[in-house]
Amino acid sequence: MMLNGAEILTNSLIEEGVEYIFGFPGGAVLHIYDALNAQDKMTHVLVRHEQGAAHAADGYARASGKPGVVLVTSGPGITNAVTGIATAYMDSIPMVIISGQVPSPLIGNDAFQEVDAVGITRSCVKHNFLIKDISQIAVTLKKAFHIATTGRPGPVLIDIPKDITIGLSENQVYPNTIDLRSYKPHNDIDKEQINKAVESIISSTKPIVYSGGGSVIGNAASELRKLTRDLGLPITQTLMGLGAYPANDELSLGMLGMHGTYEANMAMHHSDCVIAVGARFDDRVTANIEKFCPNAEIIQLDIDPTSIGKNVAVDIALVGDVKATLKELIRALNGRSKSDISKWWSQINDWRKKKSLDYKKEEGVIKPQTVIETLYDVTKGEAIVTSDVGQHQMWAAQYYLFDEPRRWINSGGLGTMGFGLPAAMGAKLAVPDRDVACVTGEGSIQMMLQELSTMLQYSTPVKIVNLNNRYLGMVRQWQEFFYEKRYSMSYMDALPDFVKLAESFGHVGILVEKESDLRPALVEAFKLKDRTVFLDIITDQKENVYPMIPSGAGHHEMLLAGEDDMVSTNDEGLNLV
Amino acid sequence: MRHIVSIMLENESGALSRVAGLFSARGFNIESLNVAPTNDETLSRMTIVSIGDDNIIEQIVKQLNKLVDVVTATDLTSYEHIERELMLVKLSINQDNQADIIKQIDYFSGKIVDASEDTYTIELAGQSKSLDAFIELLDESLIIEVSRTGVTGVLKGTNNN
Repeated sequence: MMLNGAEILTNSLIEEGVEYIFGFPGGAVLHIYDALNAQDKMTHVLVRHEQGAAHAADGYARASGKPGVVLVTSGPGITNAVTGIATAYMDSIPMVIISGQVPSPLIGNDAFQEVDAVGITRSCVKHNFLIKDISQIAVTLKKAFHIATTGRPGPVLIDIPKDITIGLSENQVYPNTIDLRSYKPHNDIDKEQINKAVESIISSTKPIVYSGGGSVIGNAASELRKLTRDLGLPITQTLMGLGAYPANDELSLGMLGMHGTYEANMAMHHSDCVIAVGARFDDRVTANIEKFCPNAEIIQLDIDPTSIGKNVAVDIALVGDVKATLKELIRALNGRSKSDISKWWSQINDWRKKKSLDYKKEEGVIKPQTVIETLYDVTKGEAIVTSDVGQHQMWAAQYYLFDEPRRWINSGGLGTMGFGLPAAMGAKLAVPDRDVACVTGEGSIQMMLQELSTMLQYSTPVKIVNLNNRYLGMVRQWQEFFYEKRYSMSYMDALPDFVKLAESFGHVGILVEKESDLRPALVEAFKLKDRTVFLDIITDQKENVYPMIPSGAGHHEMLLAGEDDMVSTNDEGLNLV
Repeated sequence: MRHIVSIMLENESGALSRVAGLFSARGFNIESLNVAPTNDETLSRMTIVSIGDDNIIEQIVKQLNKLVDVVTATDLTSYEHIERELMLVKLSINQDNQADIIKQIDYFSGKIVDASEDTYTIELAGQSKSLDAFIELLDESLIIEVSRTGVTGVLKGTNNN
C-alpha cells in the first residue's frame, strides 16, 4: 500500500506507543497535521506557544518516565521551541521533537519560514536528523526514540522537509529494535572498580551518599534506598534528585549546595568518602571547587563517562546504568562489616541542631516558606509539584518534603523561567489522578501565561501557587547581598490582577493577602478537583533564601538566616553566576 | 601537551560540524583538522591536533565518543603511532638563492611540483615538526604561501582504532 510521508510518520509514532503530541501547526507541517486528523490513537495538545509545547512534553516525560513528543513547524516554530529543548537537554530528559522544514529544493535559499533547525539545535540536543529520503522516515523515528530514551537520555530532533511528508512510498515497517554501531550506551559493570568502591565504603568512618537526578531518571530509587539503609549512611540529594530518597527519613540530610542545609554541606565538607550516585558535581552543588570535599575519596556512579572527572577529580569511577550498578554494589557489600560510623552521626546530629531551615514569622506578612509548608500539609506531601525558577523554586525544594521520585519537576540545569506552568500541564496529562501544583512567582508565571488557555481546552486542572512578592526575588536577593542594594530592574511594576486574569481564561482565581486565609484557600483550591485554580498569594517582599553559600565560598562557609544581615562575596565570587 | 586525536566518523551530512561544534562549544582548541573518506565508504577519518593538559584531552576524547556519529575516538599520542602531514610551499626564487633552496629541498626529501620563472612550489611530507623546521630554515621574505593538510596518523603495528 502506498502512503504519504506524513502518514508513515504518524503510523510510526503510533507504533512507538506515543499517547500525546504537544505542538502547534504551520505551513511546513500541514501534511502531518492532516495525517494526525485521520487517526484517534494519539491526542494532539494544541499549545499557545511552541516553548510551551517543549516544556509540556518535558513535564509529561519527567512525570511518566516516557519520552515527550513535540511537533512544530519550520522557522519560528522550531526557534520558539529551542529554549524548551535546551531545558530538557540540561536535565537529561527523553524527548523527540519533530520540526517541519521547507521543501528540500528550497533548503538554503532563505525560503519563507526557513531556518537551519539542525544547526540551531545542534548544541542542545543529544542528536538530530534531517530526513532527506522518504524511505528513511520509519527508521529515523526509531533511531530518534532509541537515542532519546537510552543511555543518558536527552532530546532528539527530526527535521522533515515538507516534500518528504507529501511524497508517496510503500508502507514502511516500524522496526522493533535498532542497532547503531556508533551508539552503544555503556552497560558493562567494572567488577574491579566495584571492589575498590566496596573497600572504600567499608573502611570509611565519615561516608555520605550524594544522589542526583540520575537516581530519578534511572529509576533507581529502590536501590538507592536499600544501599543507604543497609549501611545506615547519611544521604544528601541535589535539586534534581529530590524524592529518590524520602526527605522525611532520618538518614536524609536534605538538599546540598548553594541553598542546601547546613548539615548536608558540612557533612560533604568533612566526609572521607563521598558516594555520588547519578550526580554531576554542578557548580550550584560544589560551591568553590577548590574547597570541595577536601578529605574525601570520591566514588562516582554515572551512565555518562563525560560526567566523570569533568569538574572534580574522581577516585573510583563506576560507569554504567545507575540502577544496575547500585544493585551490583549492594550485592558486593552484602555481608561485609563496615567501620563504626556512630561518631560521624553524632557530629551530623550536632550540625542538625543549627536548624538551618528555621525562619522567623512576622505579624502581618505571609512568609513564602509558610506557603510551601502549608501546601505540603494540605496535599499530605503527595502532590506532583512543578516550579519555575527563582526564590520560590528554592523554597519549594527546601520545604516540600518529597518522598517519592518524579514528584518534583523543575528546570535545574538551564534554570528556565516559564517552565513550571506548561510542565504542570504535561505532568497532569501523564498522571491524571494525582494533584499537581505549580509553585511559581509573579515574574516567572508571566513568561508562559498563554498556556492557561491550553489548560482549559484539555482539562488539565492544576493549582497554581503564585508567591507574589512584587520582585524578581532571586535577582533582588543578589542585588541586596552583592550590589549594595541597588535594585536594578528587579522590581515588578504594573502587575496584572491575576485573579481576573485567571477568570478571563475560564479558571478560578483566589487572592490571598492574610496568613489566616492561606490554609482555607489551599484547601478550597484542591477541593475543586476539575478546575485550574490560580492562587495569587501576596508574600513578604524582602524575604531571602537561606541558608546560602555565597559564590566563591566553600561548603563549610555557609551563611544562615539571622546570622548575617549582609552576605559578602569576593571578586572571584562576583565573577561566578 | 600536543595530542593527536583520531576519529572514525559516520559518513553522514552534518557529522563534521558536530565535531567542530563540540570543540567550539566546550572551549577546546583545534590546532589542525583533517578529514577524508576511508576504504569503508560509510566511514570518514578525522584527525584533530589539540593542545591541552591530560584532563582536557581525556574530556575531549570522552565527549567525542559521546557524539552519536562517532564510532571511535582515540588519542593516538598515548600509543605508539605514525603521524604525517603534507605541505605545499610556494617560494620566490632567483639565481642567488636557487641552489641553496634545491639543497634544502633534497635534505628534507621534498619535491618541486611546479616551477615558473620566479617561483617553485614544493611538496613536503613528514612529521609536523620537520615541516616546521623546513619553513624556519627559509628566508621568510621568499615565502609566497603555505598550505598544510594538518596531521593524519595511525597506530603502529597490528593495533587500529
